[in-house]
Amino acid sequence: MLTRQDVAKVAKLALLDLSDAELDRFTPQLAAVLEHARDLQSFDLDGVLPTHHPFPLVNVFRPDEVELAEDVREEALAAAPAVEDHLFRVPPVLGEPA
Amino acid sequence: MTATDTPDTATDTGLPAGWEMVIGLEVHAELATATKMFSPAPNRFGGDPNTNVHPVCLGLPGTLPVVNAKAIELAIRIGLALNCTVQRCVFARKNYFYPDMPKDYQISQYEEALNVDGHLELPSGAVIGIERAHLEEDTGKSTHMGASGRIHDAGYSLVDYNRAGVPLIEIVSRPDLRTPDQAREYVDELRSILVTIGASDGKMEEGSLRVDANVSVRPVGSTELRTRCEIKNVNSLRSLGRAILYEARRHVSLYEAGERPIQETRHWDEEAGRTRSGRSKEEAEDYRYFPDPDLVPVDPSPEWVDEIRAALPPLPSQRRAALVERGAPTAGAAIAVGRDLDGLALAAIEAGADAERVITHVANNLAIEGAEHLSPAHFADLIRMETAGELTATQAKQVLADMVATGRPPADIAAEKGFQAMDSNELETLVNGIVDANPDEWARFCAGDDKSRGKLQGFFTGQVMKATKGQADGKAVNALLMARLARDTA
Amino acid sequence: MTDPVTLPDGTPVTARAGLASAVDTAAAVRAGTSSATEVLEAHLARIEAADGALHAFNHVMADRARADAAAVDAAVAAGRDPGPLAGVTVALKDNLCTRGVPTTCSSRILEGWTPPYDATVVERLRAAGAVLVGKTNLDEFAMGSSTENSAFGPTRNPWDPARVPGGSSGGSAAAVAAGLTTVALGSDTGGSIRQPAALCGVVGVKPTYGLVSRYGLVAFASSLDQIGPFAPTVADAAVVLEAIAGHDRRDSTSIPQPAPGLTAQLGEGVEGLRIGIVSELSGQGIDGFEPDVLARLHEAADALTSAGAKIDTVSVPSAVAGLSAYYMIAPAEASSNLARYDGVRYGLRREAPNTAAMMAASRTAGFGPEVKRRIMLGTYALSAGYWDAFYGRAQRIRTVMIAEFAKVYENFDLLICPTSPCVAFEFGAKADPLTMYLNDVCTIPSNLTGQPAISVPFGTDATGLPVGIQVMAPLLGEAAMFRAAAALEQAAAGKES
Repeated sequence: MLTRQDVAKVAKLALLDLSDAELDRFTPQLAAVLEHARDLQSFDLDGVLPTHHPFPLVNVFRPDEVELAEDVREEALAAAPAVEDHLFRVPPVLGEPA
Repeated sequence: MTATDTPDTATDTGLPAGWEMVIGLEVHAELATATKMFSPAPNRFGGDPNTNVHPVCLGLPGTLPVVNAKAIELAIRIGLALNCTVQRCVFARKNYFYPDMPKDYQISQYEEALNVDGHLELPSGAVIGIERAHLEEDTGKSTHMGASGRIHDAGYSLVDYNRAGVPLIEIVSRPDLRTPDQAREYVDELRSILVTIGASDGKMEEGSLRVDANVSVRPVGSTELRTRCEIKNVNSLRSLGRAILYEARRHVSLYEAGERPIQETRHWDEEAGRTRSGRSKEEAEDYRYFPDPDLVPVDPSPEWVDEIRAALPPLPSQRRAALVERGAPTAGAAIAVGRDLDGLALAAIEAGADAERVITHVANNLAIEGAEHLSPAHFADLIRMETAGELTATQAKQVLADMVATGRPPADIAAEKGFQAMDSNELETLVNGIVDANPDEWARFCAGDDKSRGKLQGFFTGQVMKATKGQADGKAVNALLMARLARDTA
Repeated sequence: MTDPVTLPDGTPVTARAGLASAVDTAAAVRAGTSSATEVLEAHLARIEAADGALHAFNHVMADRARADAAAVDAAVAAGRDPGPLAGVTVALKDNLCTRGVPTTCSSRILEGWTPPYDATVVERLRAAGAVLVGKTNLDEFAMGSSTENSAFGPTRNPWDPARVPGGSSGGSAAAVAAGLTTVALGSDTGGSIRQPAALCGVVGVKPTYGLVSRYGLVAFASSLDQIGPFAPTVADAAVVLEAIAGHDRRDSTSIPQPAPGLTAQLGEGVEGLRIGIVSELSGQGIDGFEPDVLARLHEAADALTSAGAKIDTVSVPSAVAGLSAYYMIAPAEASSNLARYDGVRYGLRREAPNTAAMMAASRTAGFGPEVKRRIMLGTYALSAGYWDAFYGRAQRIRTVMIAEFAKVYENFDLLICPTSPCVAFEFGAKADPLTMYLNDVCTIPSNLTGQPAISVPFGTDATGLPVGIQVMAPLLGEAAMFRAAAALEQAAAGKES
């Protein structure tokens, strides 16, 4: 059964700040969906492989050739909330990535 | 012969007696493609910030990745060069948030990697297992700015996405390495392979080759795998050796104090000469890997793999073997290949030159710059002159230098310089003369032990060299001194 | 009886009086008997008159549209081929990237963002001579079945403004139903084209997965999303699909074939086609099907029988589990696809002392509650310890469904069922998320299997609200699907007269 703590943990993983009120509201809603999904457990899936693509394709490649999209740099930087010297500016990054 | 068979490892590691290191390396190499892994933006070093970008590698809403065929080809080359099984593979998303990742997930490979179960034979003979070599995309780069140290000025970061999306091969070794030297040798050999097959330019200083080390220790003779730490921020081979040694000693100290290391990522601080604990996390990051629905599997046909295998150039290990088969000493052969001079050496040997002399000259007297134009035939002639006694070793070295500089044949140069080896009778007369001229020194030489003789030997040899203007063959001089010593002390 | 939105002259917008189909418009413009500019101006006037009440559009591209129309007219005047969709007005769901034109996905987090590139479908429509009139409203990031989840206010159903148009492509459906545009594009992940088409009384198509390029569609659930047309007629839907379908090298999941011809066979009828009524999706497996909806389904089945098809009921047991599987897979993929909205490179940013906090603050302020719910659900389904039981299991049940449908299609050419268990419901009627999700039970199986499906308007309920019948086909079975749809359309017209 999905708990409030589970929801808080998952919200943190997804970088969503939830208020207490939201945690209270979302928990039963999400729990209901998961509860409904119990019907998935009744299937015998012995030897059944997952489907990741409904239309099976393999080996889709592109040639190693440069395609410059015109003005991408200007437009991309123009859309940025904060820019300095053609770089995207963000608050200090704490710690290191995993 | 595997790493664990070498008997001297324990004493070579620099650890207290009874402990051994267990080292695994993760090497990331940028592939030498024209464009990025999934986007047609240029893959090139340098350039103004955010110029080598495209909507796809910026991860703009609505964009989709498409696999670069060349990256697959190069990755297969790498897998084959590392004796891996090349197999059907799937791209997976590694999900985590970081500003240098435009999509806040990295496309990588997880359960079904392209290359698995290979091995790398080190020049020194140890065989290191390769768990996998898979493809992934690189991240952008963020630079921390400002921060005066005061509490209200924490600075900020600036992000450049030029590198985001560059194709990377991640090569994960099994924990078969046992010493810092072996680890360095492994990286050196791997780099050599990557460069030889044209898969990467392998420049640690430019970041196209990056190494993370996983280090743990255990009592000698044990087969357990204890807690390991991952060391990042190692930027040179020298740092790699130092960092591994530091970390292993740190672990041993902890165990000997009745504690244990925590499993964590640590950063190498080159200036301080130590590792530091990374960002503290309450729990390990959960990457929630799943197959990327925007990409379909890559299943290289046996025909394609065979084509790539057939087109592989000779690998460093094969080039070393070619020399050793023709009589070159192992260590020298490694040096020759490392300097990319094995082609020259092999040609000279095949032209009839003595393998040991060839390798000695290559190892001691040649660098790749300039030697590119050295004719193997001339080189072989020079060696023949030396082995026939027409030139001393010293003279040969000088002639060689001149050959590299001017490209002229050795006979011409030797004649011009008036080189000829001294007649052995002449030399004997000269040596006897110098011995007779220095009776006190000679008496001490005859009476002394090996240590004091060593210094006096230098004195006599020096006198001979002075008298012959350096033309005497050092080995011959020593032989004559020893013979005289034997007669005088008989 | 329903109370449709009216034009200033009192006529209901849904009557679409005086408006030509896409097929007729293109023919007239190509022949020079109609000008693209005239067609456009008529639609812009309707938008002006009625969209205030409907809010089908987030953004009307009036200037661009006028330039497009002028270019088409110039081509015709110069004797150049203006394209198969010459002068046809098209509205685009606001999760389709349009260069230089805001593309918001009806979310605050992308409010004001303009893409630096056009989606492939946008390029193809332009090349076909279509005139793009504007960006339509949707449930935020395409997550919803009513368009109530739009951050900019809901769209109203032209048949009854107190009711939802369906979702998530509610704006596109309403725009076509009200004649504000001739045709429109939407996206369908769990039914987001077909269900609003049914609720608004227009034709809506979800093509075979991979038939239409997703390049430029802001991703919701990548292995389920497909772009498709809304249109007043089956023929119109076919012609638009033909124009946008076909291989695109920028989409790795794009089927490596050119667009199939779809219009040629439209009139061939259903003689001899074996058509199955899916029992589980027709009130015999899942509850909640309105009696009027089921009644229309049976009439549709009778009509097809009269037209020469062989009708029978067939059981597809795994279809029932589709809902649960979908609500594991779609949110999981979405949680990953929406991670990029972090305030760093574009979109809404809320400053904070460090980057992680800034990202969290931006996402929290920028996403609405339904999006947050689905991101959390998806993150949970993928998280360590739950991956196998939820996401992993759901993807395997997908395999079971595909196998089961394949088996059914050995004995049937097509399948039918209602598109939606209910007609358009009132705003706020399905506030509970799970209740809302149950709307998708009929449409979801086709997204999971990747198979094509179409919703065709077929009568109304007792109060006059439209009912849609869904025809489903095997992979790349669009041709037969359109034939059956055309037959149903003909039968429905016959009923009305």
